[in-house]
Amino acid sequence: MSAATDLAAPPRPAPSGGKRRGGLNEKHGLWAFYLIVPTIVILAIVIGYPVVSAVIMSFQKDSGLDPATGLFVAGGFAGVSNYTHWLLQQCTAADGTVAACPPGNLGSQFWNAFGITFFFTVTTVVLETIIGTWMAIIMNRAFRGRGLIRAAILIPWAIPTAVTAKLWFFILSFGGILNAALGTSILWTSDEWASKFAIIIADTWKTTPFMALLILAGLQLVPEEVHEAGKMDGASTIQRFFFITVPLIKPALMVAILFRVLDALRMYDLPAILTGGGGGEGNATTTLSILVVDQIRQGFNSASALSTITFIIIFLVAFLFVRFLGTNVVETQQAQQKGVLK
Amino acid sequence: MTVAADFRAKTQTQEKEKVVARVATANRFNWGGFRTAISAIVIAIWCLLPFYWMVVTAFRDVGFTFDNTLWPTHVTLDNFSTAFSTELGNHLGQALLNSLFIGFVVTIIALLIGTTAAYALARLDFKGKALIAGVILAASMFPGVALITPLFQLFTNIGWMGTYPALIIPSISFALPLAVYTLTSFFREMPWDLEEAARIDGCTRVQAFRRVILPLAAPAVFTTAILAFISSWNEYLISSQLSSDATQPVTVAIANFAGSQPHQEPYTAVMAAGTIVTIPIIILVLIFQRRIVAGLTAGGVKG
Repeated sequence: MSAATDLAAPPRPAPSGGKRRGGLNEKHGLWAFYLIVPTIVILAIVIGYPVVSAVIMSFQKDSGLDPATGLFVAGGFAGVSNYTHWLLQQCTAADGTVAACPPGNLGSQFWNAFGITFFFTVTTVVLETIIGTWMAIIMNRAFRGRGLIRAAILIPWAIPTAVTAKLWFFILSFGGILNAALGTSILWTSDEWASKFAIIIADTWKTTPFMALLILAGLQLVPEEVHEAGKMDGASTIQRFFFITVPLIKPALMVAILFRVLDALRMYDLPAILTGGGGGEGNATTTLSILVVDQIRQGFNSASALSTITFIIIFLVAFLFVRFLGTNVVETQQAQQKGVLK
Repeated sequence: MTVAADFRAKTQTQEKEKVVARVATANRFNWGGFRTAISAIVIAIWCLLPFYWMVVTAFRDVGFTFDNTLWPTHVTLDNFSTAFSTELGNHLGQALLNSLFIGFVVTIIALLIGTTAAYALARLDFKGKALIAGVILAASMFPGVALITPLFQLFTNIGWMGTYPALIIPSISFALPLAVYTLTSFFREMPWDLEEAARIDGCTRVQAFRRVILPLAAPAVFTTAILAFISSWNEYLISSQLSSDATQPVTVAIANFAGSQPHQEPYTAVMAAGTIVTIPIIILVLIFQRRIVAGLTAGGVKG
């Protein structure tokens, strides 16, 4: 009867001793069912229902006036036209013919937004991993004032992204401190490449500390003796880093990178507030999430198709990550947790 | 030269070499410490400088917005009164109340529902446990943008646009998985033998949970509550689309903060507003630093 007990999964071996648990699995299952079912029901309502309705909506036509022709378009089943609209830049005219979207239509921005989203993801995650690893190594050393650094590192994380965006909007403004410090007059939030860099700088500042904390949790599990042994055998600092530290923190590193990648792929707040998705010819920092929000008021169903595509992209990236890089999120975090709480 | 003298000389040389070697080691150690100190200072400056700049600007007279002096100059409190002023259509005061209200409701719902699930995931053996843990982890990584379109349409149809439930319900979608996940990690580490003892003393499972485990779990629950509250406090994407002037949270109020001139950003007032929004969170984070770091690494979810 219970979702929890019906789901097929390898049963865990009974713990040794077995004075209480042996033979009580059914009872545990029932208990677990009662305890877990509220969470699952709520998640089904707040996530499951919207996702299913988004998928259903994505196969419906948007009714309303066609912005290109000014004629009324009735709703109804749309087949995959909402998807081809985004993926192939096809627009359906009022008379039912399918043609390439006119320039300026949001549909023609899909691959641009796709490219920008992945560009931001790769650049920010690479930067944050490198700087975060360095920060974690420093924080893992014993020195006076280490507590202060650990407190300082939480501050960028604690500032809401919306405030971060406004803060950098001021730092990067034309007469702002960065241009003054560099002696430049760069239009950080409207120039094509400068606006991309603005997003990367602000995101790296905001999120590197979080990355550093996750990597630090992994570093703390590396025993000092391993390093000593490496030193005895004559390994240099760089050799010790690449052949001892990196392999040992790899699980923690992969989990941190996976989380950051998934987070970067849905990036919205920072570009939406800092550059408004603009820059260059007007969409140099438009990510997929910004494109979805732009589309909402121009047609729910088309927006649903785009949000479903975005969701599938993120899901695929997560799947490939776990499948090919062997990231075991649950196990790694359990190990880390033990190290941190000690 | 006698053998003895020769030996003495040799020993002295060796002693000298030893001292030289020790001094060299000490020097090398100092260099390492020096490099660490420099790196630590760089990290501290990197993390704190932009935040410092926000606070300095918040206290700087609006006429000297682009003064760009690194230390506080033209200090004034005017920006804070501008930030709270409603004359220009800004509602920062109301927005603070809204964020507090939404944050508290979301946190309470997430913890009430999530605690029991976390207990089951951490403590009980049952089929499908790994699957459920996986589903909840996946839910915490779920892109908000996939929810917004159907919710926008649904709330428009039932007339909920701009109401508190329209802001609370989507926030539960990320606060609840976060709560379950973080709490599960904490619960795994608790001294569960005490539960056993209570059971032997005649408590039922429910009583053992309520009387023994819950008091023990209070710090974990509290840390999780802070993380859930911060995640709700920081939410922007969904609120920016589903809130109204009356219900908007602080993130939306700051993003849309209007100045007296249509094309001139009121930087100093926005920095003042940003400082007001950030300071309570920073105080919270600094007080509960250790536990928050433990919770963050456990949940691995960005707030």
